[in-house]
Amino acid sequence: MSETPHIDIDYVANLARIELSDQEKKKLGGQLDDILGYFEKLNSVNVDGVEPLAHAHAVNNIWREGDEPGPTYSPEVLTGMAPESRDNQVVVPKVVE
Amino acid sequence: MPETYFKTIAELSAVLEAGELTSVQLTQAVIDRTAAVDEKVKAFLSYDAGDALAQAKASDERRAAGKALSKLDGIPVGIKDVLAVKDQPLGCASKMLENYVSPYDATCVAKLREAGAIIWGRLNMDEFAMGSSTENSAHQTTANPWDLETIPGGSSGGSAAALAAGEAIATLGTDTGGSIRQPAALCGVVGMKPTYGMVSRYGLVAFASSLDQVGPFARTVEDAAILLEAMLGKDDLDSTSIAPQGDTDYAAALKEKKGPWKLGVPREFFGEGIDPEVKANIEQAIDWYKSQGCEIVDISLPHSDLAVPVYYIVATAEASSNLARFDGVRYSHRSEEAKDALTLFTKSRGEGFGDEVKRRIILGTYVLSSGYYDAYYKRAQKVRRLILGDFEKAFEQVDAILTPTSPTPAFKRGERADDPLAMYLSDVYTISVNLAGLPAISVPSGFTESGLPVGLQVIGKAFGEADMFAVAHAFEQGHDYHKQTPNL
Repeated sequence: MSETPHIDIDYVANLARIELSDQEKKKLGGQLDDILGYFEKLNSVNVDGVEPLAHAHAVNNIWREGDEPGPTYSPEVLTGMAPESRDNQVVVPKVVE
Repeated sequence: MPETYFKTIAELSAVLEAGELTSVQLTQAVIDRTAAVDEKVKAFLSYDAGDALAQAKASDERRAAGKALSKLDGIPVGIKDVLAVKDQPLGCASKMLENYVSPYDATCVAKLREAGAIIWGRLNMDEFAMGSSTENSAHQTTANPWDLETIPGGSSGGSAAALAAGEAIATLGTDTGGSIRQPAALCGVVGMKPTYGMVSRYGLVAFASSLDQVGPFARTVEDAAILLEAMLGKDDLDSTSIAPQGDTDYAAALKEKKGPWKLGVPREFFGEGIDPEVKANIEQAIDWYKSQGCEIVDISLPHSDLAVPVYYIVATAEASSNLARFDGVRYSHRSEEAKDALTLFTKSRGEGFGDEVKRRIILGTYVLSSGYYDAYYKRAQKVRRLILGDFEKAFEQVDAILTPTSPTPAFKRGERADDPLAMYLSDVYTISVNLAGLPAISVPSGFTESGLPVGLQVIGKAFGEADMFAVAHAFEQGHDYHKQTPNL
């Protein structure tokens, strides 16, 4: 993080699984460079020996007493939300030829 | 007396109890007001007047049978479009969830129902709660009721504007980096973010899970306390929720806790970037506390200028993970161009998300990507601990901290639309509170010369809501800014 990075927008958009138009790539790339440049401020502070904080309160794994089956939604309700569904299953384009 | 729709929960609860008004009459007044002004304000994405009146009728029947559930019974409360309400659309103001209808209630909504509140309408917001102006909604831009050419703040801009315009008696919002307090300040209402974990996040569409909190918008501090009391509690459906701690009898706290308090003022919050009118206003508010016998302590939060970069690293990293679920498969927008599994994801997400959401997902993906994780994400988490440490040190000396809520009053629409960094700085005074998980409230503290509201932020200790409410309530009692309403 020593110099302002020039973000490889194609690479990151692919990682994020978002298709961007050429125009969007140009606009976003420039803005993200500015924002990442601003993040350089974080280099001004010494963080040696500081433990990272992921959460304001200490969070530990939560183990449930038992995982008893309870009432839930019908398959019709849940698959009915999908853009396309049939016979209580979600329809997607063919994955395996 | 103000119009019915500008009264407080406390006032309305008394007249409902006395039989001078029915919930059906009150709800109808709110519906009529909404029909009359929302064309200008555009706070609501949708509302179902028939459903609201049916809830009101049930409330009146309960009350007639002597079984009113709480002070909230029969009071219409508007809901931000990021919270699940059973059988109502849940769209997060996004094209991505345009046709989604929730099969269940968020826990906070269920708790309000248990208290008898009327669940009223879907309120506009920045898409997926990302923004500070409510200009990122895929559907409409909400106007600030005090000046329709300006923004209401964000991301809960619809919640703040609806309340300020008299389109609800109270509303719910969510606050990840200031998204309740900043719009509350800009719209001249009270907005409150609880200690992290006090209100369940179940049924809140997650943006940044370690920061998001549900909280109330209300006309007075007392009303905000009534709403919070109804919503708090540990919820098995949210593993980060926490059983109520500290003094949670807020109604009693408002009456009993009178000060004088030791109040901290962080000098870092009055430097570069603050509007001179806002600065003068907040200094006046601090002087008022001094005149009431409070001791004003000059404190330092030395890492506060790093809160914005830390926030935008942590929040976008968490967002990039949380928003991975919108893949076009199970419930979100699906591209008609999708030919295979990969293009189903990429094209659906490219079409469904708006600019700001794409910007944040890409940024979050970048800071978590191989080779950059340590430099950005891990470093940000370390600085987050330093920010929390600053607050802990400050609270060894003081009971609460006073700051401006927003560095500027409401700005003109479009003014910062192409400058995301300038937009991100709108939350410079609220963000560090979320990083530290503390409670904070914004109360109206006056107006600029051009008539735009200004807000004072009171920050409390973790689980110190009772003291924070009491400090804010004292200011409110000494002024009448909260009683003023916009001309629409």
